[in-house]
Amino acid sequence: MGVFKLGKMTFGSLFKKPETVLYPIETKPQPAGLKGHIEIDVSTCILCGLCEKSCPTDCITVDKATSTWSTNPFACIQCGYCVTVCPKKSLSMLPGYHVANTVKDRVVATVPEKAKPAKKADVAKAPEPAKADEPAKVVEPAKSADHAKPAAEAKAAEAASLEQGELRIDAELEAKLALMSDESAAKVRAALQAGK
Amino acid sequence: MGQKSIIPFGPQHPVLPEPLHLDLVVEDEVVLEAIPQIGFVHRGLERLVQKKDYNQFVYVAERICGICAFGHSMGYAETIERLMGVEIPKRAEYLRVIWHELSRIHSHILWLGLAADAFGHESLFMHCWRLRERILDLFEKTTGGRVIFSVVKVGGVFRDIDKSQLDEFNHVLEGIKDEYSQIVNAFLNEPSVRNRTYGVGVLSSEDAHNLSMVGPFARASAVNYDVRMLGNGAYGDLSDFQPILSNNCDCYARMEVRAAEVVQSIEIIKELSARIPDGEIAVPVKGSPAFGSEACNVLEQPRGECYYFAKGNGTKYLDRMRMRTPTSQNLAGMAVALKGCDVADVNMIVLTIDPCISCTER
Repeated sequence: MGVFKLGKMTFGSLFKKPETVLYPIETKPQPAGLKGHIEIDVSTCILCGLCEKSCPTDCITVDKATSTWSTNPFACIQCGYCVTVCPKKSLSMLPGYHVANTVKDRVVATVPEKAKPAKKADVAKAPEPAKADEPAKVVEPAKSADHAKPAAEAKAAEAASLEQGELRIDAELEAKLALMSDESAAKVRAALQAGK
Repeated sequence: MGQKSIIPFGPQHPVLPEPLHLDLVVEDEVVLEAIPQIGFVHRGLERLVQKKDYNQFVYVAERICGICAFGHSMGYAETIERLMGVEIPKRAEYLRVIWHELSRIHSHILWLGLAADAFGHESLFMHCWRLRERILDLFEKTTGGRVIFSVVKVGGVFRDIDKSQLDEFNHVLEGIKDEYSQIVNAFLNEPSVRNRTYGVGVLSSEDAHNLSMVGPFARASAVNYDVRMLGNGAYGDLSDFQPILSNNCDCYARMEVRAAEVVQSIEIIKELSARIPDGEIAVPVKGSPAFGSEACNVLEQPRGECYYFAKGNGTKYLDRMRMRTPTSQNLAGMAVALKGCDVADVNMIVLTIDPCISCTER
């Protein structure tokens, strides 16, 4: 019986701190893992374009000609898929939502010139593992680290140890084959045997 | 003897969170027949499966509906894992179920608030949604999103929940129990609420069986069916699971069932977080679904059983993705329950099936 079943809670809330905040004067703290916006570390980006290919809303554009990486924050759904596919871990999803704007501007980041030699070498090799899915990028860091050395040094090293180079290529190939499906890997192996 | 007339109800109506249109054939303020019509929010998401690869479609699947977002991404990922024969780590199964049960709690509390709003109890509505905020905060801390989480992937999950966060889950859920019980007391025992819901919109147990009703709508008509009984994934590790049933078959019973399911979900989370195994949270998935491969899956969404079907074609794009959502099942039962009710009770009956038209139309 009784109609004031909610009385205790309702009267109690008169003496409690309000549940709401006085936005925009006051804002709620954002937890560390909040998916707010994407940020790029241009010093490590190799402009491989995997983030562009993987984005479900096609909001990322990678332009190799102008060395720019850009995103449309108004189309981004903060899913974080690009962050997971990035082979160099250049992208990160950080708290802080993109603020409202009257113009739908893109966020553009220019990759510095000094990163270009490493980037070009990697991009040239990128189409090779096209069949393999995202884990194929795992092998790239070691590769790009090698290419990041000055060109003269790299040339000398290659001339000096051709065998070592072959060993490295074999190791990379094995890593890629391990990530392919069994059938595709068998086909590639057969083709390589025939070639030798 | 009055004259028959047709009253259009919806698609824009204060009680409807989503657009549903009903043609109510009315005579003397009594509904003789209700003809539902949908098609206002169709977005062609099933067709998108041919444009987005199977990994990208997880994000499309969870945007089918704002409330069952986690359930849809989980149901879709499980279907693709069956299609490709992937076995995910046990810890990932547990994490998925914990988040899914948490989303059931938030969905049911949201519904209770909407129900309170439908019968005009504004303060009850606000208290319900205030409690729901605590659940959304837990989601925000562990997944990075409040409503759309993007933590599920084919092969597992992206984020882990550590021990301290699991303890926080239990602490928060225990903390809301007292306030929640006061709210439920108001729903189930306050005369003004009882008057609006008791004996209103009766769907007999026989009709519920014959029309294949699902979810709390069916369980309120004593249909003993809940997909969680099948023990898929981490549900199989629960020490005991009994669906919550009611024999009243009316709006009051549906409220009662949903109110009790929140407590049941809290218990499930508590049990699973106590026995969650250590280990990996995802396995790498390589290749594409084989040509002609087919898989199906069922999942207990907050609104009831949802069926998923996927067909592969040898590429990373699927040939077909089909979902049969709980609301598309329950609309038939709603039309039956509406027969013979007062016009003033229509909004309450429509709301008690917890219609999710976005899911239904996709």
